[in-house]
Amino acid sequence: MEEITNTNNALLEIEDLHIHFVSKVETVKAINGLNLVVHKGKTLGLVGETGAGKTTTALAILNMIAKPQGRIVAGRITLDGEDIFSKTEDQMEGIRGNTVSMIFQDPMTSLNPVMTVGDQIAEVLQIHKKLSKAAAAKEAQKMLETVGIPGARSVEYPHQFSGGMKQRVLIALGLACTPKLLIADEPTTALDVTIQAQVLELMKDLKDQMNMSMLMITHDLGIVAEVCDEVAVMYAGAIVESGTLEDIFDRKRHPYTEGLFNSLPDVNNRTQSLKPIGGQMPNPADLPQGCSFHPRCEYAMPKCSQEEPPMHRFSETHCAKCWLYENTDQCMLASQDYVPSQGVSE
Amino acid sequence: MIRYIGKRLLLMLPVVIGVIFVVYLIMYLSPGDATTTILGTSWTPEGAEAIREQLGLNEPFFKQFFTYLFHFFQGDLGTSYITKEAVINQVRISFPNTALLVLISMTLAVAVSIPIGIRAAVKPNSFFSAFTTAFALVGIAAPGFWIALLLVLLFSVKLGWLHASGLETWKDAILPSIVLALSFMASISRMMRSSMIEALGMDYVRTARAKGVKKHRVIYRHALGNALLPPLTVIGSYIGEMLGGAVICETVFAIPGMGRLMVNAVLQKDTPSVLASVSIMAICVAIMSLITDLAYAFFDPRIKALYMRGGKSK
Repeated sequence: MEEITNTNNALLEIEDLHIHFVSKVETVKAINGLNLVVHKGKTLGLVGETGAGKTTTALAILNMIAKPQGRIVAGRITLDGEDIFSKTEDQMEGIRGNTVSMIFQDPMTSLNPVMTVGDQIAEVLQIHKKLSKAAAAKEAQKMLETVGIPGARSVEYPHQFSGGMKQRVLIALGLACTPKLLIADEPTTALDVTIQAQVLELMKDLKDQMNMSMLMITHDLGIVAEVCDEVAVMYAGAIVESGTLEDIFDRKRHPYTEGLFNSLPDVNNRTQSLKPIGGQMPNPADLPQGCSFHPRCEYAMPKCSQEEPPMHRFSETHCAKCWLYENTDQCMLASQDYVPSQGVSE
Repeated sequence: MIRYIGKRLLLMLPVVIGVIFVVYLIMYLSPGDATTTILGTSWTPEGAEAIREQLGLNEPFFKQFFTYLFHFFQGDLGTSYITKEAVINQVRISFPNTALLVLISMTLAVAVSIPIGIRAAVKPNSFFSAFTTAFALVGIAAPGFWIALLLVLLFSVKLGWLHASGLETWKDAILPSIVLALSFMASISRMMRSSMIEALGMDYVRTARAKGVKKHRVIYRHALGNALLPPLTVIGSYIGEMLGGAVICETVFAIPGMGRLMVNAVLQKDTPSVLASVSIMAICVAIMSLITDLAYAFFDPRIKALYMRGGKSK
């Protein structure tokens, strides 16, 4: 029952997605059976190391995987009830920037240096809202003001803005047509910490105002705690654990998720040395057999290198893909569940 | 901006004076005597001395040089040793021919190579792209005079469509312009191709696509606006090179232009004509590079801001 209502409430659903990049030399398996749901009005944090396939996933939602090397081998993406991969390029152009828009990682290079920021925002309004040039320019100024930049600066070029302001311009650009889904691909990675908080706060506020859903791609668990309702942990092109914010932060089950948290410094115990995950992300052109995390996993069993583990469900919201839970729901990790003394931790 | 242009124009002055100085020095040091050129078979020691006195050739080097410079900036380019005519008159006849030739060639080169470069970049794995790369290689490797002779052989000798030499009607400009344009076409299209491929891979192109911008507009508005900048810079400097190329081209096609004026003057040791033609070419190159820089500022707001700021603070 829960499953069904969940599905109906879903804005974005990715089912069993496989994406390969094929070259003469090798086949890079970037995405391997990825499942993901973003619910209406919620923010999902997609967490993982560099190279886990987070950006590829985002580009797949926009149907912008570079052809002919990039191939969608299998899977389905349903956005707002529509099958993305069945759309023509023309239809996709009507969806991009309109139903779904994306904020890219590097604000320094993501704006066109020879167009004014006003023109760049107005362009998306002219395309989707069919506004006249003058009306779009006016609306663009309003959008700039929404993200805290004086409208009069719309005639300026990107080089006249600081990094944080450029990222705000990109946010204004992404939100101009009030999309149903905003994909933010590490929107604060290129910014310094004080600006990060501002930008995140802004995104959170605007998301609530516009009643959008958000897919927040990040490797920063602090950002996840700050803005996300749900979390999906990604490793080697697949989700290894997903759940609500509390599920992941307080009741983590997957060894990889534990590893991510152990890599964070503990403010209360600064003498303790960090415990990073040993080894490297596997080469996506040559993924290990069985569970792709087993070579780096301290809990690895013989079985892990032979068979891929199934997704184990702990609750309606929480599931993890690990052989440790073949016969049990109990936490098998060294780190214990967090038991809040009062309410839920933030 | 106006201040910047003014500053750049002032900076041209030392460049032009420097060029004149070097040429003057070379002509001064080169063996041979102007009087033998002027008098030819009617040379006598007395006549030569009279001419030396008249032209001020007995004066010290720097006095001669500054006298020449003084006259040059007043528009007096001296009298040819050979034709006994004012050099300015020869320049008046020759300059328009060369200017026309270079103008047509550059227009041709740009009009052909920019679209070729764009197309080759948009479809980098196509036959067309491979073809243009090969064409560019041939265009750069093959010497201009050789291609010129081949074209003359085909169109003038075999087919008889065009004149092999001279510049009387517009048809006579066809072959020289093609020859002159060819090597530049090759390098500009190659440059355009690589610059466009680079632009198409930039983040802002991805942003534009993610906004739902039509593919055509992504290419011609977002990518091209940026990709044009590097070729633009070289086009300016190529005009200088083209003036050099015009020397060969005018010689092969017997066009009375600046290049031929220069070559003949050097061969005959006609110092005033050499000085005049070289310095006028130098001025042209300097002006072209200024125009290029201004065009760059027009297309790239970052450069423009740089000029504006520089103009205010200095």
